Amino acid sequence: MASQQMIELQDVNKWYGQFHVLRNVNLSVKRGERIVICGPSGSGKSTMIRCINRLEEHQQGHIVVDGTELTNDLKNIEAIRRDVGMVFQHFNLFPHLTVLENLTLAPIWVLKKPKAEAEETAMKYLQRVRIPEQAKKYPGQLSGGQQQRVAIARSLCMQPKIMLFDEPTSALDPEMVKEVLDVMVGLAEEGGMTMLCVTHEMGFAKAVAHRVIFMDRGEIVEQNTPDQFFSNPQNERTKTFLGQILH
Amino acid sequence: MTNAPEITGETDIAPPVSSTGIVAWMRERLFSSPLNIIMTVLCGLLVIATLPPFIEWALIKAVWISPTADACRAARGGACWAFIAEKHRLILFGLYPYDEQWRPLLAALVNIALIVASCMRRFWNIRLLYIWGIGLVLISWLMWGGVLGLSYVENTKWGGLPLTLILATFGVGFAFPFGIVLALGRRSNMPAIKTLCIMYIELIRGVPLISLLFMSSVMLPLFFPEGFSIDKLLRAQIAIIMFAAAYIAEVVRGGLQAIPKGQYEAADALGLSYWKKTGLIILPQALKIVIPPMVSLFIAMFKDTSLVVIIGIFDLMNATKASLTDTAWKGFAVESYIFVSIIYFVFCFSMSKYSQQLEARLATGHKR
Repeated sequence: MASQQMIELQDVNKWYGQFHVLRNVNLSVKRGERIVICGPSGSGKSTMIRCINRLEEHQQGHIVVDGTELTNDLKNIEAIRRDVGMVFQHFNLFPHLTVLENLTLAPIWVLKKPKAEAEETAMKYLQRVRIPEQAKKYPGQLSGGQQQRVAIARSLCMQPKIMLFDEPTSALDPEMVKEVLDVMVGLAEEGGMTMLCVTHEMGFAKAVAHRVIFMDRGEIVEQNTPDQFFSNPQNERTKTFLGQILH
Repeated sequence: MTNAPEITGETDIAPPVSSTGIVAWMRERLFSSPLNIIMTVLCGLLVIATLPPFIEWALIKAVWISPTADACRAARGGACWAFIAEKHRLILFGLYPYDEQWRPLLAALVNIALIVASCMRRFWNIRLLYIWGIGLVLISWLMWGGVLGLSYVENTKWGGLPLTLILATFGVGFAFPFGIVLALGRRSNMPAIKTLCIMYIELIRGVPLISLLFMSSVMLPLFFPEGFSIDKLLRAQIAIIMFAAAYIAEVVRGGLQAIPKGQYEAADALGLSYWKKTGLIILPQALKIVIPPMVSLFIAMFKDTSLVVIIGIFDLMNATKASLTDTAWKGFAVESYIFVSIIYFVFCFSMSKYSQQLEARLATGHKR
């Protein structure tokens, strides 16, 4: 029986050389929970979510994803990565492959799906991010917003249990932010998906998040429901930060 | 909108005559500044000074057909293409038995077909391995014989163009995958593999091909037990493969380093294993980036095979030299070197043209 906890971080510490980037981070995320993580740059928020699919290695503490602890065991890591989708700030689409090939590559090679089935699934998700007509194009021919939507679809094609978003809109031109957020809101409203999103889009946080986490200097400083978080911040650092981004 | 006709009227006017056509082109490209005019005139003089005499020598006064050298010697100031007509089979096929020379000819054609197939994108999959296997067997059978009705010809008698093609094609063909593995090894996280690859690459690159060839032919046999020997040609082939692999490895590494970290992360995040990530995401992009230096390297390797001269293998270059030793036809070195130069040029230029096409076809308009 699957437990209630999807992700569990216990006393996670990480250093980059002398720089203590994560300090005793404790976090537990329930199945289907949607969390927005914010904080000043260099606060460790990206590093934290990148530890969850082990793009970064933590040096102390435990990280358990869907009942499997992250260790050096490669098989373990690959199994977890199959269940954890990630969307990057800079999209990271594969430029030598068409949009459709970007979407079907991992299902075919990792999940061993037949090509026809993988393409069918891919088209379904392209419909959902509203760009099915771009399937045969190369990423370089698309706008930033379109590329990021393809990147989201690429992750969804693996039918992950968890989606990690690492500042998905911060590299986009302002007029393209909304089309990407709309897709993410749509995904959230469908429910069922565990989502962790590093973003400064506070509107998005208010609309879909169950919980907002504020990080500063490698620590989780404060966490609360969006309502409480924005209307009644407790910590001084949180207040300062909110004052800066909400004007 | 009342002003609109005036504006469109203006754009309808044809461009001034002086900015189009051949006169304008010449004015812009050849006579645009004093320096440019001087350069144009100098180049023109150079062409006038050299081209007519060359044409006179190579075409007008040339002797095309003659059974002996006497006609050539009588016609002063003309090229003796009759020499090529007389000696072309020696140059092209070396010392291969005269009556059997259709075999190396066929082998060379198979070899060229192999190269052409390798250049076609639709064979860029597992089929290419089969094609190479079949090609290798076919070429070996044609050259060596000894089975299926062909008489045996030992490889000390091989020579000329087929030999050059074999050395170059299989040299590059085997060195390419080997070089890729070396490049990946050099970027590996595993210290033992990394050190081994670095040592190999630096060692081989620090030594001229000539000395490698010498070592393969003189030194290597010393290490083998009595009575055991690998054939000289094979040893030279292995030396060429080892040499080319080290250079290919460094070229490929250049491409690998140009791939943004995000590509690795995206592949990792999707759960691709190391080899799938490398084969499906990283290498296709890295190899595309290094097409220009890689083709330069292939061209250089093709020409460097002529260094096997020094260990007495009769490749195209050495066979040409051999053709010059005939006392009845002495003194036509220029003609024969022009002849082999043209052969080398045709192959090298084709490679260069192909690489340009490939670059254009693989371009997917990405910047990131």
